[in-house]
Order: sequence, then C-alpha cells, then structure tokens
Amino acid sequence: MSQESSLNTKSSAIRTEEMVLNMGPQHPSTHGVLRLELALEGEIITNVIPHIGYLHRCFEKHCEAMTYPQIVPYTDRMDYLAPMGNEFGYAIAMEKLLGIQVPERVDYIRVIMAELQRISSHLVALGTYGADIGAFTPFLYCFRDREKILSLFEMTCGARLLYNYIWVGGLSHDLHPDFVRKTREFIKEFRPNLKEVNDLLSHNRIFIDRTANVGILPVDTAINYGVSGPNLRGSGIKWDVRKEDPYSVYHKFDYDIPVGEGKYGTVGDSWDRYYVRVLEMEESCKIVEQALDQLPEGDVQSAIPKRIKPPIGHVYSRVENPRGDLGYFIISDGSTSPYRVKVRAPSFVSMQIMNELCKGYMVADVVTILGSIDIVLGEIDR
Amino acid sequence: MMYDFLVDLFGNSALANIIAGTIQSLLPLFVFILPFALFAVYLERKVSAHMQDRLGPMRTGWHGWKQTIADILKLIQKEDIVAKDNDRLLFNLAPIIVFAGSYAAFAAIPFTSIFIGTEVDLGIFYIIAVTGIVVAGILMAGWASNNKYSLLGSMRSVAQIISYEIPTILVALSLVMISGSMNLHTLSEQQTGYAWNWYIFGGPGSELSKFLLIPSMLVGFLIIYISTLAEVNRTPFDIPEAESELVSGYHTEYSGMKFAMFFLAEYANMFAVSAIVVALFLGGYQSPIGYLGDLIGAKWMIPIEQFSWFTIKGVFFVFVQMWLRWTLPRLRVDQLMAVSWKYLIPIAFVNLIIIGLITLL
Amino acid sequence: MKQAEEILQILKANFPDSNLELKTDQPTEPILVASPLEIDKLSMFLRDSSELLFDSLMNLSGVDEIKANLLSVYYHLESTKLKHKITLKVSTDRNKPEVSTVTEVWKGADWHEREAYDLFGIIFLNHPDLRRILMPYDWDAGYPLRKDYENPEFYQGMKVPY
Repeated sequence: MSQESSLNTKSSAIRTEEMVLNMGPQHPSTHGVLRLELALEGEIITNVIPHIGYLHRCFEKHCEAMTYPQIVPYTDRMDYLAPMGNEFGYAIAMEKLLGIQVPERVDYIRVIMAELQRISSHLVALGTYGADIGAFTPFLYCFRDREKILSLFEMTCGARLLYNYIWVGGLSHDLHPDFVRKTREFIKEFRPNLKEVNDLLSHNRIFIDRTANVGILPVDTAINYGVSGPNLRGSGIKWDVRKEDPYSVYHKFDYDIPVGEGKYGTVGDSWDRYYVRVLEMEESCKIVEQALDQLPEGDVQSAIPKRIKPPIGHVYSRVENPRGDLGYFIISDGSTSPYRVKVRAPSFVSMQIMNELCKGYMVADVVTILGSIDIVLGEIDR
Repeated sequence: MMYDFLVDLFGNSALANIIAGTIQSLLPLFVFILPFALFAVYLERKVSAHMQDRLGPMRTGWHGWKQTIADILKLIQKEDIVAKDNDRLLFNLAPIIVFAGSYAAFAAIPFTSIFIGTEVDLGIFYIIAVTGIVVAGILMAGWASNNKYSLLGSMRSVAQIISYEIPTILVALSLVMISGSMNLHTLSEQQTGYAWNWYIFGGPGSELSKFLLIPSMLVGFLIIYISTLAEVNRTPFDIPEAESELVSGYHTEYSGMKFAMFFLAEYANMFAVSAIVVALFLGGYQSPIGYLGDLIGAKWMIPIEQFSWFTIKGVFFVFVQMWLRWTLPRLRVDQLMAVSWKYLIPIAFVNLIIIGLITLL
Repeated sequence: MKQAEEILQILKANFPDSNLELKTDQPTEPILVASPLEIDKLSMFLRDSSELLFDSLMNLSGVDEIKANLLSVYYHLESTKLKHKITLKVSTDRNKPEVSTVTEVWKGADWHEREAYDLFGIIFLNHPDLRRILMPYDWDAGYPLRKDYENPEFYQGMKVPY
C-alpha cells in the first residue's frame, strides 16, 4: 500500500456533521407558531433554540391605549384555551388596586368558571398530548367533553371561546337558570369519561414507555426557572397559588393538590406532568360541585364601578391558571388607562426549560417534552 | 390456467402471449387492488370515526360512500409540485417503485384455487424479496425530496422494514419446515377441510405432533402479524410517517397523483401482508366450514366462495390493523428496534427450533 | 415570613454601602429601590441568605418612566420555602440604560430580560444571549414599548401602518 492511499483511508473515516432541523413555525406538534431550531447528531438532540414571537400581537402596547374595562377582551386572547382564567386574573389585580370587594356570588361564579375552564384546558392538553405521541382517538374523546363545557359557557355568556365575561368588579351576565343543573349533569357524565381516557392512554404500556423517564425536570431547576403550575407540581412539590396565596373564595373549598410521584419512572418526567393534569381535573370537579352547593344569591353587577380611575401606584397579582402562575403587573398613573401592563405568562416561563430538558433525547422526545409542558403560543407571544 | 385461456382466445401467437400477459397482470389491479384501496380508505375513515365518537364522511352519497372517489378525483386534478432542489429523476421514480413493489407481491398471492397470478414454487420467498423493493423506493423518495423530515422518515423506514423482515422470514421458515413447500398455493391446499386443519391450529393431520405444534404456531402467528404491521408502517410502528414529529415522513414533499401512488401502495400493502398471514396460518382461501358448492353439487361456486373467504379474512386483518392504529400510540425509533431485535427475533428463533424438534418426532 | 421592613434591615446590614430605599407610599405593596449595577449581587444574596431564600423570580418587567427620563426594571421575588415576597426596582438613565443581569441567580430571568431589552432597549450587562425575542431579529426601528416610540414607515420594504 502506498503512502498516499494509507493516508486516504485515515482521513476517509466517516465524516459526521451536525444537522440543523427547523421544527416549525408550521409544524403539526408545536402547538401553534413556535419555531424550534434543533441541532441533531443523527436523531439525538444536542441543542434546542426556541424562536418565539410569530404571534406577537402587542397586547401590552395595546393596553396602554385602552381604558381599564376595554382590556378584558384583550386578555381573553392571550391564553386562548383558558380565557376565563385570564379575565379572572385581570379582574383580581384591578380589584386589588381599586380596593373593590365583590359580592360573594360573583366570587363563587368566577371560581366555577375558572375551574370548568381548567378542566377544558387540561382536556386539550391531554388530547393533544395523546395526538403528539400518536394516539389520535383520545384527542377526540377529550374534545367531546370540552365541547360540553364550552356549551355551558355559551349558555352563560353567549360565547364559546373568548368570553369577555369576568369584568372588573363583577360579571357581564348572571348565570342561566339551567346552568347549575346542566353543570351537575356534565360532571356526572365527565367522571366515567375521564376514567375511559385513563384506561386508553395514561396507563397504556406504549404511552408509558414513551413518556416515563423522558424530560426529567428536577424541582430545584424548576423553581430556579420560575416554572409553575402542573409542570412544577409534576416535579413533586405541592405548590399552587390557590393554596399558597389564596384569592377569591378558594379557601372555602376542600380539595387536594396532586403532585408527581414518579409512578412509572423518575419524579418530574413527562408522564408525571401529564398525570398531574389528569388528577387536577378531578379536583376541579370537586371544587365546582362544592361551589354549586354553596352558591349564594346576589346581584352580580352591583360592584362594577361606573368609571375606573385607580390611584397612582402599581399592583402585582397572580392566579393559578391551567398552565401555571399567571401574573398581572399593572402600573397606574391615575388616568383611565394603565401606564404599563406586564403579564407574567406561565407558558413564557416554562418554554425556557426546553433546552434543559431536551438535550440528549431524540427527535420524537422533543414532541413528547413540548407536549408535556403544555404551552399556548398566544400567551407566550402575547 | 387463465393465461392459457387468453392465449387461445387471441390466436396462439407471440403477440397473443404478450396481450394475455398484460391482461392477466393488469387484472388484479383493476379488479381487486383499486377497488380494494378505495374501499379500504373509506373503511379506515369510518372505522376511525366510529371509534372516535363521530360519523366520518356523511355527505357524499349514502353514508359518504362516494367520498374516496371524490378524493381520488381531487388528487388527480391537483398540481404536481416538484420543487427546484428535488432530484427530479429519483423523485418521479420513487412512487412508481414503491407501488410496483407492493403490486408485484400480488402476483404470487392465491386468491382462489383457480386464480393465482403466477404459481411460483418459491412463492413466499418471492413475496418477501419483491416487497423489499419498496425499501429502495422509500429511500429514493426521502433522498430526492431534499427535505430533512423526508430524509429522517425514509431512514427510519428503511431501518424498520429491514429489521422486521427478519422475524417475518423466521416465522415463514418454520412454516416451510412443517409444510415442506414454499408455494402458497400448495400451502393453502394443505389446509383444506375445516378450520382445525389450518396451520394456526397445527396444520392438517391428527397425530400428537399437531397438538404439540399449536402453542408454537400461535406464537409464530403473533410474531408474523406484529412484524408485518411494522413492515407496512402502521401504528404502533408508523414512525416513518409520524405526522406529529416528521410532518409526514418520506412523502412530505409529494402532491397529487404521486402522493396517491404512495397512498395506494400503502393500502395495497396492508392487504398483501394480511393475505400472506392468511395464506400461511389461516387456510388461505379455504373455507373454515366447508363449501356450499360441495353441498349442493355446484362445483362452479367453489372458486367464488373461496375468493369471498380469502377477501373476508384479508379484510378482517386489515380491519385489525386499523383498529390498532386508532387505539395505540406510536413507539419511539429506538424502542421499535428494541422490539424487533430484543424480543421478536430471539423468540422467533426459539420458536423455529421448537418447531424443528417437533417435526423431527 | 418577613415583611419588607425587615428585609430592608437585613439588606442594609449586609450591604452598608448600597443606596437602598423603601417606598411605602404605594396603594399596594411597598417597593425596594436599589441601584442598577448592584442588583446582581443583591439578588444573589437575596437568594442564598438563609433568612431570605428568595428562590423564585415571579416576574421581571421593564417600565419606561419618560417624565423622569428613566428606564426602570421591576423584580417580583418570592420565596417558595419561607413564603414571603418583595418587589425590587432599579432605575437607569434613559440614554444609557444599563442594568446588571440576574440570569446567573434565576435562570428564568433570561427571557424576561430579553423581552425588556426587546421592548425597552434596556441593556442587561453580562446577559448570555441578549437578542430580540418578540420582535423580528432585524427590527431596527427602536423599542416599541417606549412611550416615545413611533412606528417606522417601512419594514423590509413593506409598509408598516397598512
């Protein structure tokens, strides 16, 4: 063998190269217009760079030109899977700034709506998670039940997706006379359906293989990143704004905060995050039932101020939205529109952990992890 | 049989041979595969719809039966998009190869005792070999698309099909050991009589070895069914298409008729693998309960009955494939390989040895 | 559980040179005003001190205080272990807005700071990856949440106020 050819064999050792794969902004599993720039070694992820902003609708800039009540419909459009929660958070923040005490009936109705919304939002999370992993059928089962909740909302305020229902100091409408009965019926139907989804998906061997021990989020990292909601609880810490920083009438109800236990893998894996949502739906059902039992009478519009002109100052207030801790930071300069509104969107914060979670897993796991974080791009980009 | 008839019909000449050959090779396409694909797409939609609490297509015709026809018309009219950076030649060739691969398999499948495309003595061997061509087509499609998703999809597909061919072959081999034939027609003939003569129940005969074979045959049946599922890229092994990860895998860039070719090939393949499973284990075209034609003395009825039995069994397994697809999530690529190499192949080997020992008895 | 007054006393004892001030004239929570270039050290102490343990950054928001010619950053901190909260504020000159980053302390601050940079033009010193986040990477018409921001006529040859 000549000198040259032996050199050749040396240098012709297979040359490998990192491949950059652009996942999104148009992609079936990015839950909206998210772009993930994946650096791949074969199918193994070496780096993930999320690019957001494709759905930036300038919520915060808009707010500065709106009067306070006009902002409510804009909040709907952030987390479009949980508009009730967004309105609730805004109303709580404004009431704190204005020092308004709302009638008890308003509080109860708000809690009922927020918890129904939590169920409907988690149903979307569950269904799309199943679809991400390849099981398409649970998706439709979940949407069937979600439709029933949306019908309850429609009955109450006329809209199915963006409600403009919870106003500062009150509500836009009182409950429909049939609402209580229909909600009870829904919960009665819903419990067996939830079990069905569990049998079909949650405890399916393939599903467990795909999600357990994938994307493990240790609790310290989660807190350091500011992750909240089911993602944080999936890591095994009992942290819920409804318990830690009670607002509205949540202290009056008896419910549990489910946490991840690492049943099929390590605590804080994708399966735990998923299963916390399943369990939370049951807890929400409990809250709704109790609230319906105790629902007081009253006028839901009596505390709505004629003209909202808060004192100069600032307020930071938060609620537990389905995706986590939703905070509103509002600065008032004494006029009828806010000086500055900043929203602490739970998905915006959770999205940052993608890189931390995905490294070393495969392309298929990116979808698993992204689905388990349950983001809504409307909220990330605002 | 049929070939000779056609040759006679056109006057015995070289030209007649060609005409007869063409007619005979196109016959299954127009008589069986196209109608079957149309039916299977409709079935898939209805099966998935009813499993998911909805109705599926309802507006075109009675219960939407015209829906797939409308879809095909739509696909034919669609613009055929070839992107600038696609490798034109391979890009155009790929769907044809994929379709040809799955279509060629039909040649050796015995639909009835009188119609079989070509009665090759190496039937099983031929089918396994010829469906291997599909791999080349898929790889071509993925490479020529010049799209990373397509490339990943086709790589996965190739790895998957090659891995799962091994358990398929091992199980087929164990049947060849028992029956002593690779000819699917002969295999089907051996399983004549009633359902207990099928190979899944140990094959014909009533000696001790037949009963000893039953557990091994059941295991073999499961293995071959799982691995054929993987070979046609159906859930839970649909990772080459994996619409939630890879958009739609190797056919992401295809549109119009070329996409329809892949689609047609997929459904043709679904039936082809079901047909192999049926021919090997479930008596092929044989009736499980005897023939009406025999009973009333109308011999001409028997092939029709056989064809119906064959189609019913095949469609049943196609239905099971759909059932699984709409129930199970999909595996990850490494788990998929683990299923094949760590479980199916060793079990198939052990099974093969056990069957070998029993046949020695 | 500590009140803002106590937290201020602890901080003053540990950072005697710092210019710390507690504003209590607010309708809601009081604000602790700190200096923009010390906020990283202060934050590190707030997180690690066993009496305070502010392990979570709830929110970080930029604010344009145009009348005072300042750009401010508000930090809302919380301790998940001790259950107390505090609001910090730093203000910096509008013409040279520089604030030390707290990404080393709370990793979650990364995107919040990028957002403040994107929308207000606040430069976070030593931030590992200070790029635009919500606006396009090549947006060169300034920082949209500033009060004196005006829409550009064109972006990439496209008319903006369409």
